[in-house]
Amino acid sequence: MLIGHQPKEFLLAVEALTVSFDGFKAVNDLSFYVEENEIRVIIGPNGAGKTTVLDLICGKTRATSGSIQFRGKELTKLKENEIVQAGVGRKFQTPSVFEDLTVFENLEISYPRGRTVFGSLTFQRDAAVKARVEEVAEMIFLKDRLDTFADQLSHGQKQWLEIGMLLIQDPDLLMLDEPVAGMSVSERAKTAELLNRIIKDRSVLVIEHDMKFVEDIAHKVTVLHQGQILSEGTMEKVKNDPKVIEVYLGH
Amino acid sequence: MIITSRFFNRSELIGFVALAVVLFVILPLLLDVFRLNLVAKYLTYAFVAIGLVLCWGYGGILSLGQGVFFGLGGYCMAMFLKLEASSVENTKIQSTPGIPDFMDWNQITSLPLFWQPFHSLTFTILAIILVPGLFALIIGTAMFKRRVGGTYFAIITQAVAAILTILIVGQQGYTGGINGMTDLRTLKGWDIRPDNAKIILYFVEVVLLFACIGIAQFIRLTKLGRILVAMREQEDRVRFSGYSVANFKIFAFCMAAVFAAIGGAMFALNVGFMSPSFVGIVPSIEMVIYTAVGGRMSIFGAVWGSLLVNFAKTSLSESFPQLWLFGLGGLFIAVVLAFPNGLSGIWQDYVQPRIDRLLAMRKSKPKNGWRDNSVADGAPAE
Amino acid sequence: MFGDYSIGDLGSIFVMQGFAGLILFSVYVLMALGLAIIFGQMGVINMAHGEFMILGAYVTWLTSNFFQSFLPSLFSGYFFLAMILAFLASGALGMLVEWALIRHLYKRPLDTLLATWGLSLILQQTYRSVFGPREVGVELPQWMLGSLKVTDSIEVPINGVFVMGLTLLITTAVAYVLYKSRWGRQVRAVVQNRIMAGAVGINTEKVDRYTFGLGCGIAGVAGSAFTMIGSTGPTSGQLYIVDTFLVVVFGGAASLLGTIASAFSISQTQSTLEFFMSGSMAKVLTLLAVVGILMLRPQGLFALKVRK
Repeated sequence: MLIGHQPKEFLLAVEALTVSFDGFKAVNDLSFYVEENEIRVIIGPNGAGKTTVLDLICGKTRATSGSIQFRGKELTKLKENEIVQAGVGRKFQTPSVFEDLTVFENLEISYPRGRTVFGSLTFQRDAAVKARVEEVAEMIFLKDRLDTFADQLSHGQKQWLEIGMLLIQDPDLLMLDEPVAGMSVSERAKTAELLNRIIKDRSVLVIEHDMKFVEDIAHKVTVLHQGQILSEGTMEKVKNDPKVIEVYLGH
Repeated sequence: MIITSRFFNRSELIGFVALAVVLFVILPLLLDVFRLNLVAKYLTYAFVAIGLVLCWGYGGILSLGQGVFFGLGGYCMAMFLKLEASSVENTKIQSTPGIPDFMDWNQITSLPLFWQPFHSLTFTILAIILVPGLFALIIGTAMFKRRVGGTYFAIITQAVAAILTILIVGQQGYTGGINGMTDLRTLKGWDIRPDNAKIILYFVEVVLLFACIGIAQFIRLTKLGRILVAMREQEDRVRFSGYSVANFKIFAFCMAAVFAAIGGAMFALNVGFMSPSFVGIVPSIEMVIYTAVGGRMSIFGAVWGSLLVNFAKTSLSESFPQLWLFGLGGLFIAVVLAFPNGLSGIWQDYVQPRIDRLLAMRKSKPKNGWRDNSVADGAPAE
Repeated sequence: MFGDYSIGDLGSIFVMQGFAGLILFSVYVLMALGLAIIFGQMGVINMAHGEFMILGAYVTWLTSNFFQSFLPSLFSGYFFLAMILAFLASGALGMLVEWALIRHLYKRPLDTLLATWGLSLILQQTYRSVFGPREVGVELPQWMLGSLKVTDSIEVPINGVFVMGLTLLITTAVAYVLYKSRWGRQVRAVVQNRIMAGAVGINTEKVDRYTFGLGCGIAGVAGSAFTMIGSTGPTSGQLYIVDTFLVVVFGGAASLLGTIASAFSISQTQSTLEFFMSGSMAKVLTLLAVVGILMLRPQGLFALKVRK
């Protein structure tokens, strides 16, 4: 067990990652590194393998070869729930919340306690849980809707709820797949504000098409194309990269 | 009273009291022993149906092999009773006295090893819980850890029911074959056949039933109950909230198996025999329809469903045997197409609002538990 | 266990037992083909599949009776007409059922299972009311009786050979329709992405109805072929439904080749085992093996790795 912070240690180190579906390499020999408290945005044309990269990190898809190290742990060998417990949270592209449960219950399920069968049988809704749920509900603009069933929420509110469910897990690495897609202009602004608040004190990996939004939040941008890195660096650098302009930004 | 009102909400409390009054007071007062014994037989299926509410209604796992667990529980009980009925004294006309009659008929000359421990009642009671529980654990672990669910799981459980039935029928020297284990007489010397014993057994069963209802309701109200609902809708979201989805499914399936086994054991005691016709594909899927008719999300509905469908079956199949299959078939289709929430759904949608309006003291909206779309959209994807 | 037989005897036994297995294989393939289309392509669990098969068997029986009474001169050829009628009758009933029942339940596979089980009960009782509870057997034309003598100790029944030939023919036709015809492409397009298929102008409702009808029609033909080697009763269908589903699942639901391979391995295992032990134990062991393998390899024998 190492005590204290190792200099130059990455939070997430993806190395030589490859996955093939029936011979088609959706991600091909991909390597990149994310530092503590870094906000990294992945962009790229459709079919570039962006969502697959998130799927691989969170364990939804198994890698054909390569490694994903998170705080020194090899994620490719862990199950999805173990990856979550290691500190990786994932938001899906389409909002996936539990529509038959209330906002409160949605958040409560994500509260990181009592995650075993026995633990969930003996789980108590105590003051700490209630306080935390209310705190998060406030952040995601749903404080007065705690008793509403999630299927009554608007599309944007469901997206917020899912972000809230991640927030309550308090992950060290937050992965968001197109968090503002399908939102109205006002919802978009609120979401940007929300994201700016929650990305403090943690690393974030975002897939997004909205360039304005990317420019606002990204520390570093990775451009994927056909499962490989086309370019990487600051927004300024990437924007001026002729390869990127050709395949992605140009039109 | 505070605890009760938190354990059951208002309409559940009404359901609880109504069921308790009917089962503990009205039916025993109204019915003769023969009919009360029939009710006892119907209620053994209610144990299965309650398990299915947890496993299918809440967890979205449809098992078409609950007869397997009902049968395992029933056979464990029947083996104990059969051994007691096969004392050397009772069986002295056999070529090998002291073993069950069907073994003697099949030229078996000594009690098989796996029968030996069933001389002990303690072992038998443990076996009734543990044998089906462990069997469900094995099937559940094998299937759910590999993400097999939905229709595949249903087909596999159905195959298991078919296998066990063929096995029991084929190995008649060890199991009594197609006739099953008949002529069960005493439990630790206490004769289970006379009328007063049947009445006592009825009450024992109802008490056990309420114990199971209590356990199921407890599970439903814990976070585990909400996780089951969550899993049925968005399995991946539960997984990526840090839960091992497989373990929760295994738990629900094992609970349903144990409930079914208790029902099976009570069946052997109340009805006095056990046979493979309560194990196979047909009884297993009928047990699902009891749950569907009662309302797959309602624990009390499961009990009513078991009672009413079986009552209809008995009365119809006695007088119009042809009508019964048409009726049962139509019931399957009607429940699925028109009333996916069964009787309890009809109650919630039509009866309850009227009662509320009649009482009309306060404006109250159903706040928890029951909504229409929950089932219609709840069919799990594979 | 082999002590009482000479090597030659054993060889002949294995060949004849293998042939018995081939007949069983043909029946499994015929039954599983329809199911493979409905379950594999549409994802619908049709528990009444056995009853569609039995309908084909009853149609064959009716046709045979009709020819016997009114056209005895043409009796030797009745079978070909009977199979076409069986296909049409089961197919038409299938399309009716799709319209009345199945199409409301595409999003609820488990509920489809329950509803079609209900349908199977109704059909069974209908058969019982119309044709009586007893099993009926058809009169086979003269040329189908008897057996071919291959060697001194090996004989194969002609009706078995006929069923096998028929299976080959139908399987080829189904494979052609599914993989080579325009309609087959539409079916697969609908399976893969219903909304997109609709958007590019495929009438998905029509495709669904005809696919279901085709699957049921093939079940009818299977039932018709079935009459040549066994008798038919109202509940005969139910005896086979679990086996048939296992065949399809074991093969890997979306794969026609898998269905055939799995039907072959299951039928050969069972008929070989049947020689050494009682039929019921042979069946138990076969089914146990299948379920065991499915627990280790749930995707079945043949399955593609696809991104979900």
